[in-house]
Amino acid sequence: MMYDYADQIHRCFKCGYCKFSNNYTDFNCPSYNRFRFESYSTGGRLWLIWAWSKGEIEWSEHLANIVFSCAACRNCVEQCPMRFNEDIVDWIIGARSDMVEKGLIPASVGEFLDNIHKYGNPWGMPRNERDIWAEGINRYTIDDDNEYLFYVGCVGSYEKQGQQMAKSVADFLRTTGVSFGILGSDEDCDGNEVLFTGEKGLFRELADKNIEKFKELNVKKIITLSPHAYNSMKNKYGGLGEIKVYHYTQVFSEIINSNNIELSDLNIKVTYHDPCFLGRYNSIYEPPREIIKGIPGVELIEMERTRENSFCCGGGSGNFVFDLLGRSSNSPSRIRVREAYETGAELLIVSCPSCYCMLEEAIKTEGLEEKLMIKDISELVIESIKNK
Amino acid sequence: MQSIYKSLTKIVDEEFVSNQKEELYIYSQDPGMMEPHEPDFVVMPKTTEEVQEIVKLANKEKIPIVPVGGSLSLSGLVIPHQGGIVVDLRRMDQVLEVNEESRYIVFEAGLTTGKLKAYLEKYHPLLRFSIPDAPPSATVVGNIVIHGQGRLTQQYGFNSDMVTGMEVVLPTGEVCKIGSGSVSPYWFSLAPLPDLAGLFLGWFGTTGIITKMGLKLYPKKKLRDIEVFAVEDPNLVPDVIQRVTHTEMSEDIFTGAQPYPPVFKDIIMIGILLTGDSKEELEFKRNMIWDALQCHIDSKEGGFMMMTPDVKQDLLEMPTSSTTRFADVKKGGGFEYCGPIIPVEKFPEAFTRLLEITKKYGITFGNAGRVIGRSHSMMFSFGYPFNRADPENIERTKNALHDTNVASLDIGGVPWKPEVPAQKMIMEKMDKSTLELMQRIKKVLDPNGIMNPGNWEVE
Repeated sequence: MMYDYADQIHRCFKCGYCKFSNNYTDFNCPSYNRFRFESYSTGGRLWLIWAWSKGEIEWSEHLANIVFSCAACRNCVEQCPMRFNEDIVDWIIGARSDMVEKGLIPASVGEFLDNIHKYGNPWGMPRNERDIWAEGINRYTIDDDNEYLFYVGCVGSYEKQGQQMAKSVADFLRTTGVSFGILGSDEDCDGNEVLFTGEKGLFRELADKNIEKFKELNVKKIITLSPHAYNSMKNKYGGLGEIKVYHYTQVFSEIINSNNIELSDLNIKVTYHDPCFLGRYNSIYEPPREIIKGIPGVELIEMERTRENSFCCGGGSGNFVFDLLGRSSNSPSRIRVREAYETGAELLIVSCPSCYCMLEEAIKTEGLEEKLMIKDISELVIESIKNK
Repeated sequence: MQSIYKSLTKIVDEEFVSNQKEELYIYSQDPGMMEPHEPDFVVMPKTTEEVQEIVKLANKEKIPIVPVGGSLSLSGLVIPHQGGIVVDLRRMDQVLEVNEESRYIVFEAGLTTGKLKAYLEKYHPLLRFSIPDAPPSATVVGNIVIHGQGRLTQQYGFNSDMVTGMEVVLPTGEVCKIGSGSVSPYWFSLAPLPDLAGLFLGWFGTTGIITKMGLKLYPKKKLRDIEVFAVEDPNLVPDVIQRVTHTEMSEDIFTGAQPYPPVFKDIIMIGILLTGDSKEELEFKRNMIWDALQCHIDSKEGGFMMMTPDVKQDLLEMPTSSTTRFADVKKGGGFEYCGPIIPVEKFPEAFTRLLEITKKYGITFGNAGRVIGRSHSMMFSFGYPFNRADPENIERTKNALHDTNVASLDIGGVPWKPEVPAQKMIMEKMDKSTLELMQRIKKVLDPNGIMNPGNWEVE
């Protein structure tokens, strides 16, 4: 095995800080919570990768499941007391890359990557259905003087919850007079999950294709629906030049503040789930909260694990599709909705389409449909505007 | 073996039973330097009844069984030397009772020190327990069964001195309560009954599996602070400790020495932690301690160090992550230490031996000591970082560890949480009748020798 980090990975002491939240109230590693064996903690995973790189253990389907079940939520990076903490996720992705190159990956991960390669989305859905939700929404063209390209992404294009989000974001932009367009069936996967599953070649291909497209269309500013897309474009693409990338909550926050948008009283208790790729990866904690708190009658009750300390829904790194953390009451999404419910909030607010899918499903599985609603921030804002 | 696996899955949900290579590999070792050995199965029970059934199965089939907490002793105490079943207790992590008036807590054996700290801070902010320097994933019970120490050890003794009761699954499968909990619903004390807790403390799981524990809690003061007194001469350390403990004003007293960074070279630091409910209380205690050490300041043999806020915060942190970071000082991912319990007056000799050993093997060190009780003894750690990826460095450190165990016994100390080779050294030196008593107790409790075999074992 030619593991890129073979001269570093032994530095993990397997002390276990990585399992916790920052005040130790609970374990905060999604896969450790799900399986509880030490092998599924970050330390255990790193020790197994090192053992594999040294030939001490053979590859197995089980080893691959352990390696790919990490949601790359970055909790370990936050909690690890060592100086190499920033490198941990890369060490795991490095092992995935090796497995990808050798074709030693779980079948579900293989299918995920294959579909993205062939169809530009992880489910193998037809490209021409990418904008099925987008009736009446303009395509972004070089001739129109659009301020923003609204990059919808795979979950926003194909999943019911994502489509709802995409519609309400578009609705808000139109209502507030912001000019924008979408790529529709010309849109491709952003590649964030491809990168995190270790398929670096495919990621580069997708990134280059997207950059080329943006430049051809003379795009100046991009709004992403998903924090995952925001992360890849902002931090991983390179080569975007002057093109600015925003998550939609940043744009909303700016528009609401500067335009004095009038919002109606919603009279509701809510809690907010920080998505990993907005929070821990990009330190965007305030804009979503500013929007929520700016809606009259909305009382925000924070969960115990919030901001840098947030507990991942378990959907990161492609797990929102291949779901190696599912099928258990210990699945992260189910733990998270129980935590949200315990706050006394009536509504769980999200700002990521993957989290939306994961957590809505978990609410149903937990039988909380009558007790805890779930909405995206954009839906809440639109509701408030329309009630006015 | 397949039939044992099936039997285990009938006791515990199959999701929490593994005989797969990856789990066996992980549970074959701890972060220290002892040789790994794989178990045949790893099982994570949720209840005492499940532990009981696993033990009965192991006893019937005469299969080794190794109870595991955080697996962080660094001395390989839960390496399954003869294979068998690893019983990982981490799913049993509930707090069962907190009695605020009688200041005790009852909890399950898999509860981590991190979670207990958070639990008390949230629900019982006026109470605390003796938090060890181990990472927060160490279990409270694991720390106690190795006679661990913590932030309250200088005031109240070893953390094992704070036990008020326990529930134990005996190697033959019976479930036993120890202490007041055996005759009363309240787990407030081991006394006035015969002290059976000693049958399970310091035995490293060779006499039974503790499934629940009662533990004393202590008042938590609102304010904490630290003073660090520095001396160059190790011969002064016992006197400094004597003077500070005489004041009875400190929460915790620890020592520290390390050659790097150079600013710390040739300095022995004595950390003195203070607590108080008001600034006045804290200042009163601080003044008492300063007064007690004024003679060493006047003679210019020692003095209080200035500390930046981040250094202070580091030293006050509980658990202290700087202890864990020691594993990465050489970017090697490991450290090993022998922390013998020694008479306080032996500090200078221990320190001299530490310098000799590190010079002999060309390795660096970190010394951390902790005063136990009002200077009744102290833990003196000879800590050596090593590079997990460098076999030659590992070998040298292993040799240093061997010499350290020899030195510890030479100076009249007893290695703390000794790895198997050190256990053998201790038993060789032990009074023969005492050793025989230990063996007889083990034989009575564990007739088939299934419990964590290899530990406290005479060949």
